[in-house]
Amino acid sequence: MRDFATVGSAVLRRNLIHAFKNPALLIPSTVFPLLFLAAFAGGLSNVGNIPGFDFPSGYTTFQFVFVFLQSAAFGGVFTGFSVAADFESGFGRRLLLASPQRRGIVAGYVVAAICRWLFTATIVTIAALIAGMNIDGNAAQLVGLISLALLLNMAACLWGTGMALRFQTLQAGPLMQIPIFLLLFMAPVYVPLHLINGWVNTAASYNPVTALVEAGRGFISGAPDVTGLAYLCGAGLVALALFWTLTGLVRAERGE
Amino acid sequence: MGLTETLDQVGLVARRSVRRTLRQPALVIPTVVFPLLLLAINSSGLSSATKIPGFPAHSYLDFSITVCFMQGALFSAITAGTELATDIQSGFLNRLQLTPLRRVAILVGQLAGATTVALFGSVVYLVVGLIAGVDIASGAGGALLLLVYAVFVAVAFSGIGATMGARTGSPEAVQGVFPLIFAVFFLSSMSMPRNLIAVDWFRTVATWNPTSYLIEGLRSLVITGWDFTALWRGVAVGFGVMLVSFWAASRALATRMART
Repeated sequence: MRDFATVGSAVLRRNLIHAFKNPALLIPSTVFPLLFLAAFAGGLSNVGNIPGFDFPSGYTTFQFVFVFLQSAAFGGVFTGFSVAADFESGFGRRLLLASPQRRGIVAGYVVAAICRWLFTATIVTIAALIAGMNIDGNAAQLVGLISLALLLNMAACLWGTGMALRFQTLQAGPLMQIPIFLLLFMAPVYVPLHLINGWVNTAASYNPVTALVEAGRGFISGAPDVTGLAYLCGAGLVALALFWTLTGLVRAERGE
Repeated sequence: MGLTETLDQVGLVARRSVRRTLRQPALVIPTVVFPLLLLAINSSGLSSATKIPGFPAHSYLDFSITVCFMQGALFSAITAGTELATDIQSGFLNRLQLTPLRRVAILVGQLAGATTVALFGSVVYLVVGLIAGVDIASGAGGALLLLVYAVFVAVAFSGIGATMGARTGSPEAVQGVFPLIFAVFFLSSMSMPRNLIAVDWFRTVATWNPTSYLIEGLRSLVITGWDFTALWRGVAVGFGVMLVSFWAASRALATRMART
């Protein structure tokens, strides 16, 4: 256990120093959510006036939840990029050789992803408050929203790390990003589920991220909805992604 | 050196650029697939936006199909910049300097690959859009103009990519500019007509953003018909972007070649 913590904290420290000293890594993960917030909450604000759109906290708040969860997911994927970069440079293999407890490496990257996302989440929240976001939920409900985002962040980071451990190159970047992107955008992004038409409605109905988005919107508006399902989906995604990463770690240890 | 000889040189560089680009599926496939994927998601997700009073189209698919062409132009800018930067990084540009090739031939020829991908992508967007039920208000002539206009916009944006490629000489740096260009697209009238954007600051930014006029020119052919005001504004902005971007690319390439 001590080895696990030592390895994990070393990986965490290195990743955070690297991320916060390198603007090319930090800026995209911060700017993209702000951009989406501006485009969705600003450019599409009139969508909140569509007949049947019933979200009392306002369209900025409605979109904030999606952007908040999206920043968590992409924060996780960006950490997956760091894992791939470490392996591409040869550092990852040296890390595997030197670590007495290799699962600690994965834990270090996951905690780094959380820390990196907390920085982004703070900036996105401040921007949304400046843009006029209403928070009608209480403190416990806001903790609920943050915990859902953390689950998504962990799942995305573990997914990206699993990919990085298998391919060990940054060229696997699109394979890390595209499935996450599809999962996110096939949820009710712009309007509630009942206002979505066609095949996207069907896809969103079966998409686990839909439950997280709807529960998050319920938390922030002070009217919790599908909470149990959301935590079940979030925990399920983390469990699947953890299995994916640990099997990837075994393959990397074997040099496959 | 005569015009014919310059055109021959452009042809030589262009042939290499087209072959090199088409041999890389990683450059071609995202340009074609990604905009269509976003179109499919957004046209369903935002279909109810057509119920907003004053919305100019009956179908959000009709309204948003032109965003694909703009995204294709964005990808062509990245492709053009990445290819030029790769040639600088690999030393190919240094070797070209030993030949009598003119700078204009290198610059224009290098953009041929990105332009070809943009043309291919535009044809695919149009065909897929028509199959999905897009109704082009300006008819067959408008559809043809849509393709020409889309390639024109792609060439204008390729100049921006080439400027970045020539200035930095690093494909990674060109990729890093992607979020900035993406931001310019998002802060425009891409998803909603300017008069229906309710947030004042966003409407102001979209009004000052040249990309809005490029999109509105393209969009007018699909949802309005022959709206010459929207078209001339779009063409004027496109020419402006093209002139500035090619001038900047030429200057950056001259500096790069003098340095090497």
